[in-house]
Amino acid sequence: MTNTWSDIKNADVVLIMGGNAAEAHPCGFKWVIEAKKLNKAKLVVVDPRFTRSASVADYYAPIRTGTDIAFLGGVINYLLTNDKIQHEYVKAYTDFTFLVDDNFSFENGLYSGYNAEKRSYDKSTWQYQRGADGYVLTDPTLENPRCVYQLMKKHYSRYTPDVVSNICGTPEKQFLKVCEYIASTSGTGRVMTIMYALGWTQHSQGSQIIRTGAMVQLLLGNIGVKGGGMNALRGHSNIQGLTDLGLMTNLLPGYMTLPSEKEADYRAYIDKRAPKPMRPNQMSYWQNYEKFHVSLMKAWYGKAATADNNWCFDWLPKLDKPHDVLQVFEDMSHGEVNGYFCQGFNPLAAFPNKHKLNTALAKLKYLVIMDPLATETSEFWKNYGDLNDVDTASIQTTVFRLPTTCFAEESGSLVNSARWLQWHWKGAEPPGEAKPDTEIMAGLHLHLRELYKKEGGAFPDPILNLDWPYKIPHEPSSEELAKEFNGKALEDLADPADPTKIIRKAGEQLDGFAQLRADGSTACGCWIFAGSWTQAGNQMARRDNADPYGDGQTQNWAWSWPANRRILYNRASADPSGKPWDSKRRLVWWDGKKWAGDDVPDFAPASAPEVGMGPFIMNPEGVSRFFARDMMVEGPFPEHYEPTETPIDVNPMNNNPQAIYNPAARIFKGDLPNFGTSKEFPYAATTYRLTEHFHYWTKHVHINAVLQPQQFVEIGEGLAHEKGIANGDQVQVSSKRGYIRAVAVVTKRIRALKVNGKTVHQVGIPIHWGFLGQAKAGYIANTLVPFVGDANTQTPESKSFLVNVEKI
Amino acid sequence: MHVSRRGFFKVCAAGMSGSSLVAMGFAPTAALAEVRQFKLAHTTETRNTCPYCSVACGLLVYSIGDGAKNTKAKVIHIEGDPDHPVNRGTLCPKGAGLLDFVSSPARLKYPEVREAGTNEWKRISWEEAYSRITRLMKDDRDANFIEKNADGVTVNRWLSTGFLAASASPSEAGYITHKVVRNLGMLAFDNQARV
Ligand code: SF4
Repeated sequence: MTNTWSDIKNADVVLIMGGNAAEAHPCGFKWVIEAKKLNKAKLVVVDPRFTRSASVADYYAPIRTGTDIAFLGGVINYLLTNDKIQHEYVKAYTDFTFLVDDNFSFENGLYSGYNAEKRSYDKSTWQYQRGADGYVLTDPTLENPRCVYQLMKKHYSRYTPDVVSNICGTPEKQFLKVCEYIASTSGTGRVMTIMYALGWTQHSQGSQIIRTGAMVQLLLGNIGVKGGGMNALRGHSNIQGLTDLGLMTNLLPGYMTLPSEKEADYRAYIDKRAPKPMRPNQMSYWQNYEKFHVSLMKAWYGKAATADNNWCFDWLPKLDKPHDVLQVFEDMSHGEVNGYFCQGFNPLAAFPNKHKLNTALAKLKYLVIMDPLATETSEFWKNYGDLNDVDTASIQTTVFRLPTTCFAEESGSLVNSARWLQWHWKGAEPPGEAKPDTEIMAGLHLHLRELYKKEGGAFPDPILNLDWPYKIPHEPSSEELAKEFNGKALEDLADPADPTKIIRKAGEQLDGFAQLRADGSTACGCWIFAGSWTQAGNQMARRDNADPYGDGQTQNWAWSWPANRRILYNRASADPSGKPWDSKRRLVWWDGKKWAGDDVPDFAPASAPEVGMGPFIMNPEGVSRFFARDMMVEGPFPEHYEPTETPIDVNPMNNNPQAIYNPAARIFKGDLPNFGTSKEFPYAATTYRLTEHFHYWTKHVHINAVLQPQQFVEIGEGLAHEKGIANGDQVQVSSKRGYIRAVAVVTKRIRALKVNGKTVHQVGIPIHWGFLGQAKAGYIANTLVPFVGDANTQTPESKSFLVNVEKI
Repeated sequence: MHVSRRGFFKVCAAGMSGSSLVAMGFAPTAALAEVRQFKLAHTTETRNTCPYCSVACGLLVYSIGDGAKNTKAKVIHIEGDPDHPVNRGTLCPKGAGLLDFVSSPARLKYPEVREAGTNEWKRISWEEAYSRITRLMKDDRDANFIEKNADGVTVNRWLSTGFLAASASPSEAGYITHKVVRNLGMLAFDNQARV
């Protein structure tokens, strides 16, 4: 989230699209109700289903699953053609005026540089024009046809209301009504927030859906202000923290990135990640990359990391390609992976195409499960009849299952969707011999270290030298680890402004990332968490819930990264001269000498407005980007592509067979036969969650198993009538990948839509069942999902695929 | 359908007031509404947060057992933290059922192994688990570690073992997991953010 849960109460319009907060994030959704009650806010919901969020909305519009870019592209077109944008904001705070390379083009569904064989782009033309001084050329008059504004206007002029309605199935009148609500926040006096979740991420073009939403918000001037923002409602309690800490194939903590094998030179690696400003007087904060990186290496390798060995740069693995989960299960299915660990993760239920996953797991030599609960993955080898029909004796995988503690039995911090690090305390002992994950990881490391000490082996240096300063080596405490990721001074740190002054003595905790150094004198395990455990103690444990400004920011409750800032990009809440756009919503402002305000300014504290520094300090442009340059794989402007499995067989936005679905989506050769066609599987399916259940955990929880005991699927009355299915009948839902059987719930909540001249029925599939647990055993819903991911993030396309439904 | 008093309190706790059970007439009889003894007086109250969704509602966890030697603290009640600025004491049906998660019969208690080709779990000690797992890891790493790629560039990666990390464990567990896993040269490394 750019903003915070309780900040939602400051909104005038709330758009929920690609999520269903009333059902999946109920106690956060209460702030929408608060906005309605206190602020007379309007709630608008756009969703394939008439959800629980829709049931309390002021306005609901249906949409065909997977067509959100078409819808939002239409909104952009509406805002531009009806002049419903915040002019001064877009001109000063976005790339509207930037000029784009003359060779950049878009034609019939494809951008310049497409290579059909590789299914990827040569992105060399997706760049700005540069002047002799190296800075990007701009046209403040916005008349140059190569400026971002003009290119964008042209691109989205194709998304007219009738085109949108034809693709999305949303009746034109309803689409226009939603546009009106959204456009009502284009002035400085009204603000909209967008709340989204997996309904936007789980598509082959998910990242671009989210970008389109962000573009709408930028046009309206709704980023960086109270009650605005792009608010991702994340699925798990610490998924934000795990992402912040970089536990992904290509990341390091704090959104630093691992080197690829083409970046084996340390200096080149750093320079590429520390870009110079693209416009005069911009901050380009990533220029500090080396300070963050060296401090991380000092936290990991201590004295072994020196300037002479480039802070152990060679010890970091170099990527040949991303090894995301889909890639790993693909490799596993070819027998190329021998060992696999699942820590609190149930991939057999969470990833697509259960059949493929079962086959892949059976090729492992060893599988290690660390979990508080008995997961389906841990018993993938056991035959549960139709629900998991495997040949146990032939599966040669050795499986270890290690019991772990749950929240009540451990201390530590979780990072919520609003970037708050909240500390929690252990309240009980775990059952039996269960141990916290911290202890298990220590056990594995110490045993391996012992083996390498005794036997030697492949590249033992990092294993033997990993800094391990914990008082009880096999039980590192949460407190010690939290202090380590906050960071400390390794030597006395002199004040750069006055070298006679020491700001932190050797061994002291740092106050924030501004104190980090690239010379090895600081250690910090995650630079964005610097400030969470300072010399003053554990900031994450703060419990002052006072809200002195009455705006829901509660600055002294827990600690929020970065730098305890509650609203990101908050400099944009003031106009270029430093005055709040809206005095009712003031957040930070220029007081004549420095930036002051209710929130910690997301800006250089002493940079006067006349200098012209832009509010988006992490971007080398200093402003926000409509034109994503070469940062997305399928193009700088989001374009509508059909889901990989489309119910209408064509992409009405073009007549190019190469651009029906995402032209840059990665599809493994072996999966090609596993995609279905609308002939065989005519209905558009989408998975979803229920308020009584959390993923695949709560089927193990008695009360929740009682509340929602049995698997069901939701179909509309039209489809039910066509297929002779009555409410409560058993049905089989099948895709090209397999089938599930469940009770049919026939509702008015999912209506058939008219799309491109065709009636498209949609099927809703809740995901919470499996072959283990106290709820009635059921089928794993992801059996049906295709093995393809978002082209940028490889998040599986669980929200949009084709099925058939038959009564049984 | 018979609803016991205990059962009904649980159902209520799960936020069912607007839901089908009450609508269908399963409201408690008068006898069920009698006041019961207040048992929380002798408990320890610990502050926590809900481990499910990212709203991160504040919790109060009540446990018995004073932590002295030979006593084992056990959770007997969980409710919303009224001081918490986001949830202000409320919990949704997921959070309201957390006590049954802590005491779920599906909780794992001991390290176990399923040997290749067999159909059952066998209890083992932690020491056996650590030594067998790290033996497998080391043998695989030593056999498949790539120090240099085909072009002679130092790459120091290990691709034949992978790791999926938990998104409900504390950040401190995530941090040390990253430190240990990346240190081995692993790249097949992900967490739930991917799904
Ligand atoms: S109680 Fe419900 S809304 Fe609150 S964190 Fe838990 S799952 Fe989310």
